[in-house]
Amino acid sequence: MEIYLYDSSFEGFLTAVFENYKTKGVIRKENAFVPDMFASTIRVETDPEKADRVWAGLSKKLSADALHQYFSVFLSELENIEDQLLNYTRHVFENQVSVERDFGNHFVLFVAQTARKVHREKHRMEAFVRFQLTKDGIYFSLVSPDYNVLPLIIKHFKDRYADQRWMIYDKVRNYGIYYDLEKVDTVWMEMDKQEGIWDETEGDYQALWQTYYKGANIAGRVNRKLQLQHMPKRYWKYLPELR
Amino acid sequence: MQERVHEKLSILADAAKYDVSCASSGSDRKNTNKGLGNAHPGMGICHSYTPDGRCISLLKILLTNYCIYDCAYCVSRKSNDIKRAAFTVQEVVDLTINFYRRNYIEGLFLSSGIFKDPDYTMERMVRIAKDLRTTHKFNGYIHLKAIPGASNELMQEAGMYADRLSVNLELPTEEGLKLLAPEKKRADMIQPMNYLKNEIIRLDDERKVLKKVPTFVPAGQSTQVIVGAGKETDKDIVHLASRFYQQFQLKRVYYSGYVPISNDARLPGLGNQVPMMRENRLYQADWLMRFYGFKAQELLDDTHPQLDTEVDPKLSWALRNLHLFPVDVNIADKMLIARVPGIGMNSVNKIIAARSFSALGWDQLQQLGVQINRAKYFITCKKGAMEKKDLTSEQIRRQILSQSHSKYQNLHSPQLSLF
Repeated sequence: MEIYLYDSSFEGFLTAVFENYKTKGVIRKENAFVPDMFASTIRVETDPEKADRVWAGLSKKLSADALHQYFSVFLSELENIEDQLLNYTRHVFENQVSVERDFGNHFVLFVAQTARKVHREKHRMEAFVRFQLTKDGIYFSLVSPDYNVLPLIIKHFKDRYADQRWMIYDKVRNYGIYYDLEKVDTVWMEMDKQEGIWDETEGDYQALWQTYYKGANIAGRVNRKLQLQHMPKRYWKYLPELR
Repeated sequence: MQERVHEKLSILADAAKYDVSCASSGSDRKNTNKGLGNAHPGMGICHSYTPDGRCISLLKILLTNYCIYDCAYCVSRKSNDIKRAAFTVQEVVDLTINFYRRNYIEGLFLSSGIFKDPDYTMERMVRIAKDLRTTHKFNGYIHLKAIPGASNELMQEAGMYADRLSVNLELPTEEGLKLLAPEKKRADMIQPMNYLKNEIIRLDDERKVLKKVPTFVPAGQSTQVIVGAGKETDKDIVHLASRFYQQFQLKRVYYSGYVPISNDARLPGLGNQVPMMRENRLYQADWLMRFYGFKAQELLDDTHPQLDTEVDPKLSWALRNLHLFPVDVNIADKMLIARVPGIGMNSVNKIIAARSFSALGWDQLQQLGVQINRAKYFITCKKGAMEKKDLTSEQIRRQILSQSHSKYQNLHSPQLSLF
């Protein structure tokens, strides 16, 4: 069996779909691939032209929503997600009519449900990002999302915080997005010591927020299970109100 | 200085928390002036959850808890011996902006005790909203309480800056109001609701012909009723809600289970449980009216004046109307499928989309998110007829109950705990 290895980028994946469409090989990320002596591997050189052709083909068959879902599913980075997307891609191209709402089909339902999971994580980031003001006047937040959702939240934060510089840094994937009052760029940085970098008012507002959080609770209605259901523990480490 | 703000925040957040409205959705205020915040595209965000499981979306505070009224159910009532405090305009603006910039909140929910008179109070609230919108170019969400008795001019100005305005009905019945808040009248609450409804309609009409019409409460108005403080039935409450949704085009009615706060003989005393299950059932009934096409009298009437505590209102309705089932999900009308217990609106939409490709069977329905163990008594699909025919509604109820565990089980256990 042929294994097509790509560079983990979305364009790289689409290029691999192009190369592999007719053969029955599988597509894997190069950096996560464990060599297998029985398989032959082919390294895919990311090619914007080929990627564009696949995307243009999909665009003819799928609505804007479905294209967005497709990209979201890719960002889930679930194990062997390439297989699912490849199957879905074939299913889309093999049918004359649009199949994106054929939820009785396994591939279609999988894409819809996975896109929903990614969307939920995106929404959680919009909720649980907590900015801290640095001495340089940048509102900074660390996150560790389950899926690679930073590309999906750029617009939300750019529209909302148009008049402040901000950075959201994904600690798991080690990259961030930075808004400089005009545009958003991808950035990498060393995560060393954080003491002494915060604005002197930062602690005051965190303390006020903690005071508010305590005051808003109704002790007679305590329901920890419901709280956890909406706000699972893994998100707590970045929330000042829960420290 | 900082300490004093902490104390005020603590007092005035505590006093505001019994107002359950939390929505930050439904507005379309865009960040077009490169200012701070964006309430477009109208989807609310819950930024945190307190240990009671309720969400924090807005900075919900009172401007002050000084109040000239003495409503028995209210923690800020005049005769209550508690600490009082009042924010300055600047303090509220500063907290809102700085919390918003850190992504703690979607905006501000400002309510207030009535000090001096309604106009005096309302004017200060409007001033805060105006300052946020104009001086600070703030486009986040603002929900203001409309104070009954305030002038139409102030109401008008509030509507220009706020995304949502709300007047609380407080108690579901006029008798309840007379008993517990004798200084307040239902008519005083309805007057501003009526004014707002008419203004919203008038400006919507103007917008059809004129280009520049200012926004006016783009997220509409809502109200709240307290549940379990008086003697009202669920029918009283749900029928009232239905009437108000129609009459005043409300976006939401909130139901607030009464939290015992005093030993006033007219009210459930301290130590009584908050009627959380009842509150939950009322929200379910409310949802059925707003999204599932149910009418109030289908859910509750004189023979069934209370919502079933054991099963949810949709299942309860279906069990009373077995003659309408089974429904064939592969051909039935959308709103009929929506009435099947165990099928929510998301599943309904998926079913409608998928069945145009091929008829659906049990496995597929399950994968689409249908709760088969409930729905199976009420539907047919591709493979075979209903699960079991000729069951009585009592049998179905027992079977469903035996498979499910209510999260409120400990609340309707007949056994009383000692403490």
